[in-house]
Amino acid sequence: MTDQNKMKNITIDNKWQDLTPGGMIFASGNSVEFRTGDWRTITPKMVWDKCKQCLLCAPMCPDSSIPVKDGKRLEFDYDHCKGCGICAKVCPFDAIVFGGEEE
Amino acid sequence: MAIQDRLSGNEAVSIAMKQINPDVMPAFPITPSTEIPQYVSQFIANGEMDTVFIPVESEHSAMSACIGSQSAGGRTVTATSSCGLALMFEMLYVAASNRLPITMAVVNRALSGPININNDHSDSMGARDSGWLQIYAENAQEAYDNFFQCMRIGEHPAVQLPVMCCQDGFITSHAVERMELIETEKVKAFMGEYKPEHYLLNPDETLAVGPYDIPQYYMEHKKAQAVAMENAREAIMEVAKEFEAMTGRKYGMIEEYRMEDAELAMIIIGSSAGTAKEACDELRAAGVKAGVIKVRVFRPFPAEEIVAALKGVKAVAIMDKTESFSANGGPMGAEVKAAMFGKLNDVLVTNYIYGIGGRDVKVDDLKSVYDKLAEMVKTGKAPEHYQYLALRD
Ligand code: SF4
Ligand code: SF4
Repeated sequence: MTDQNKMKNITIDNKWQDLTPGGMIFASGNSVEFRTGDWRTITPKMVWDKCKQCLLCAPMCPDSSIPVKDGKRLEFDYDHCKGCGICAKVCPFDAIVFGGEEE
Repeated sequence: MAIQDRLSGNEAVSIAMKQINPDVMPAFPITPSTEIPQYVSQFIANGEMDTVFIPVESEHSAMSACIGSQSAGGRTVTATSSCGLALMFEMLYVAASNRLPITMAVVNRALSGPININNDHSDSMGARDSGWLQIYAENAQEAYDNFFQCMRIGEHPAVQLPVMCCQDGFITSHAVERMELIETEKVKAFMGEYKPEHYLLNPDETLAVGPYDIPQYYMEHKKAQAVAMENAREAIMEVAKEFEAMTGRKYGMIEEYRMEDAELAMIIIGSSAGTAKEACDELRAAGVKAGVIKVRVFRPFPAEEIVAALKGVKAVAIMDKTESFSANGGPMGAEVKAAMFGKLNDVLVTNYIYGIGGRDVKVDDLKSVYDKLAEMVKTGKAPEHYQYLALRD
């Protein structure tokens, strides 16, 4: 065992010899590096013209995938959005298209 | 000078635990291993050791607490038997895959049902693929000696796996034998301090153990675990050598008894190996070239050692103290035959289920197995099916 035991950035290019024993993780706050966006089968899409920046969607997202900056929501964080559709359901202005003709 | 004493297997293992003085012992009582946590609790109450004893509400919790404390960086021991081991089943795999060298005294007892409290190997054999090392004792002396070695092997940097230190329920655990104890200072020097490379209570390192493993990593982690089990072979021999230097008592993967020129061999585990040696001696006195291969380590499996020991043997009986319900024999039968395949194709093989649920195993029973082997050599034929020894039929 070498110092890859300390490795902080484990990727699927690592051979078995390089992985930490038992999959130990030597870092904290790193779930952001796990691209759960891979799991998504339906993708929410913004219709910016309709968005009133009411910000009802952002706190409802269970994956914190609607970033908000300076009082305005930004584009989806597609690396982590799992595609649950909750945001589209709560948007009162139909500014989020989820599935349908878009897919 | 070694200390002479007369002790039961449970007492011997409890004294080993006292001498090691591990950090934590979570345990739940179950016959016939109950005495181990009982004695250790007494030692703690008397101020003879300062291990933290965690009385838990079940064996599932006992193993879970072991996993917690070993991950935290503490040397951890426990003890169990039979259904207790079965209740730990889920957590056994977690301990092994998290690479936690917990040392567990297993006092072998039949699994229910029908309910039975007596000895056989169905409990630990049921957990043989859980990723734990398994080392079996023939008597109280070996149970005591093995316990120290088990812990050292598990903690070996190339291994980092949990170990079951097995002895036969009642036969070994409760029968009192004359034996030698090692001076505590020597034990302390042999065991050393437990210094894991990574542990949860280390304030200088951020660490998460036992994460969810996605398909892209699971196989690689399993491979690493399998290689650790392979590495255990060398660690077992290394530790045995050190142990021999300290005590003069020699241990290996297997023990060969009168095998040099043996033509009829029996492969057996645990206390019945002693009975087999007696049967073997009586047959030798009558001119029969009988021998015994005692399997001390079942995980990792001593395939090479067994094949080497069987060179020159004409017929072999593989003895299983458990029924595996494979409808094809017992677990040791399967493993030994797999080891022999392509290497020892001319040896006649038979597989017996014996002594399960505490059925007494007498010298004459085992002599009848050698009679069967002699008959096989004479006819050149091995029985097609596996057999039950001393069954009323
Ligand atoms: S679809 Fe679900 S996960 Fe994706 S942004 Fe909307 S609420 Fe979040
Ligand atoms: S809920 Fe709809 S309108 Fe409100 S911020 Fe989100 S997308 Fe825009």
